[in-house]
Amino acid sequence: MTILTNVRLIDPEAGTEMTGSLAIEDGRIAEVTERPLAGIDCGGMCLAPGIVDIGVKVCEPGERHKESFRSAGLAAAAGGVTTIVTRPDTDPVTDSPETLEFVRKRSADSLVHVLPMAALTKGRLGAEMSEIGFLLDAGAVAFTDCDSVVENTKVLTRAMSYAASLGALVIGHPQEPVLSKGACITSGAFAAKLGLPAVSPLAERMGLERDLALVEATGVKWHADQITCAAALPALERAREAGLDVTAGTSIHHLTLNLLDIDDYRTFFKLKPPLRHEEDRMAIVSALSDGLIDIISSMHTPQDEESKRLPFEAAASGAVALETLLPAALQLVHAGHLSLPRLWAALSLNPAKRLGLEAGRLSEGAPADLVLFNPDAPFVLDRADLRSKSKNTPYDLRRMTGKVQATWVAGHQVFGSSL
Amino acid sequence: MFSQRHLLGIEGLSQSDITAILDLSETYVEQNRKTNKHLDVLTGLTQINMFFENSTRTQASFELAGKRLGADVMNMSMQASSIKKGETLIDTALTLNAMHPDLLVVRHPNSGAVNLLASKVNCSVLNAGDGRHEHPTQALLDALTIRRRKGRLHRLTIAICGDIAHSRVARSNIILLGKMENRIRLIAPPTLLPSGIDKLGVEVTGDMREGLKDVDVVMMLRLQRERMDGGFIPSEREYFHRFGLDDEKLAIANDDAIVMHPGPMNRGVEIDGLIADDINRSVIQEQVEMGVAVRMAAMDLLARNHKRWRVEEAMA
Repeated sequence: MTILTNVRLIDPEAGTEMTGSLAIEDGRIAEVTERPLAGIDCGGMCLAPGIVDIGVKVCEPGERHKESFRSAGLAAAAGGVTTIVTRPDTDPVTDSPETLEFVRKRSADSLVHVLPMAALTKGRLGAEMSEIGFLLDAGAVAFTDCDSVVENTKVLTRAMSYAASLGALVIGHPQEPVLSKGACITSGAFAAKLGLPAVSPLAERMGLERDLALVEATGVKWHADQITCAAALPALERAREAGLDVTAGTSIHHLTLNLLDIDDYRTFFKLKPPLRHEEDRMAIVSALSDGLIDIISSMHTPQDEESKRLPFEAAASGAVALETLLPAALQLVHAGHLSLPRLWAALSLNPAKRLGLEAGRLSEGAPADLVLFNPDAPFVLDRADLRSKSKNTPYDLRRMTGKVQATWVAGHQVFGSSL
Repeated sequence: MFSQRHLLGIEGLSQSDITAILDLSETYVEQNRKTNKHLDVLTGLTQINMFFENSTRTQASFELAGKRLGADVMNMSMQASSIKKGETLIDTALTLNAMHPDLLVVRHPNSGAVNLLASKVNCSVLNAGDGRHEHPTQALLDALTIRRRKGRLHRLTIAICGDIAHSRVARSNIILLGKMENRIRLIAPPTLLPSGIDKLGVEVTGDMREGLKDVDVVMMLRLQRERMDGGFIPSEREYFHRFGLDDEKLAIANDDAIVMHPGPMNRGVEIDGLIADDINRSVIQEQVEMGVAVRMAAMDLLARNHKRWRVEEAMA
């Protein structure tokens, strides 16, 4: 039995934080109490459920030089992420029970839990639905074509209603595909000045409105991977009021950066959807604190140097974030937008609930997936120190606050010096 | 005064930088009209023109400017060579850099590509047009033309008409003319205006008759062939009717208003051929002449700065 005492317990379920102790036994939380217990004195640091990160790209199969299950697991453990929910945008696409089996086998290399998602359509091409039933049986926890939007509404309707009949969760990327094609920045004066192909935030709203109409028609369990602009929020609100089974996520980058960070064509800030204006960022932060947006994801997307050292238009999009998710998210707490329990609901409890997992809770009997962190420790990020094989972080050389001290997965310490 | 290592855009230049370049250009205008046009300002220096996008006029202008100043000029047509073999922009730049050029003149179809390249080499880089971003020497030659014809480069009302959205010439001109404190009016159908452009300190209108009122300078932009049908405008003839510069529309502008065009022109699409040839109104040929002089001045100044940078680096 491991006993951690003198810890600030962050309980997202109860919405409380209190000083107390926690005992781990047989991979589960055995006891949570306000009383001091005889055990490891953690000096008042925070203890919270490990992060459940929906939408992590591990580049196996296909591009193991960018990220493997081993390196992603190391990065996740160092970042306090205890469950990674992997994206199917691999090469080949994870769209059949066979490729899923490969992913499941390879994921044994990871220090943290791995739950794979599968593609909604074969090859993520948007033409034919994948074998949703077989894939569910093989362990797929959700179905998504990632950032490749199913353009054909007929195909999408069929895939959604088929998924609904099996109770499968579908994850969409709200974007009007024709409007956003080729665009690499959000439209406005800054984009006009840089002369880059731009897309209006309206494309996100239009994509969301279409998808929500189909959710209403098919009754599917649906989650929006990233809501990033104010224009999309009213539609989301209406869907909630109408009682649809809809949740919404956003990425840590859209919560903490805006498009001016792109500055002089810095390709580490090229994301999909592109970074938004500051007003949009603030609207998304409020939507998160109001509970309209449920989940924060890292949208971890490793890219090697070659694919980023190109002119902005030609460069690959995406950023690594497993190791920076926690300190970046703490910015929202330090800025007074969210309480720690509220933040942890978005990082851990809500994604776990959405996937039907027991994780994300700090109660007796819950899995001992835990992160111990100092929310006030400052540091300057050096991308060379990242454990990810790819170093494409937009936070390079930034001052950040909040350090992970230790991480446990099913009761085993997977990160941090021995306590 | 103009101490930059590269000329990547008008953004980043001050009023006095611009004036310094234009003043030096004036001397080269005189020089270029002499029988003996040869100088040795750049003797011993190597200038490489890297054009990743087709260009006849700009490339010829840069080549001539370099040769008149005595530089060894090499032209590389980049579509034909290494990028076809999969080499990246940065590798190409590093390869050329190893040959010790002093000046790289670069045109590239992607916005920001020239900035990227400039960060990787240790010679001076001159942007000859990157994507829809900037084309600084075009804006400078336009400014020189205006200053010579109007006697000043401030407090003028200047209309820029046509395909603003896809034009780097428009962007550089908006920045330059704005810095010099002119009133800028953009005239275009909304499909050819980038969104947010109204926040860059310009007036925007979709009506040529309204836009040309009290204007001292009319700058027409080229409409790219591939944008003429259906996609951005209904047809060539409707565009000419509403946005093409003809006698009737030009009559709305001030009587002494000059007409400019960066070339190459589509006669009968954005501009009536007769206006383009009217020596009393059109300064289009003069723009071409100013182009060589402005490029000579820019390269001369960059070479001086380059020399200074080298000394400083050697000292450090």
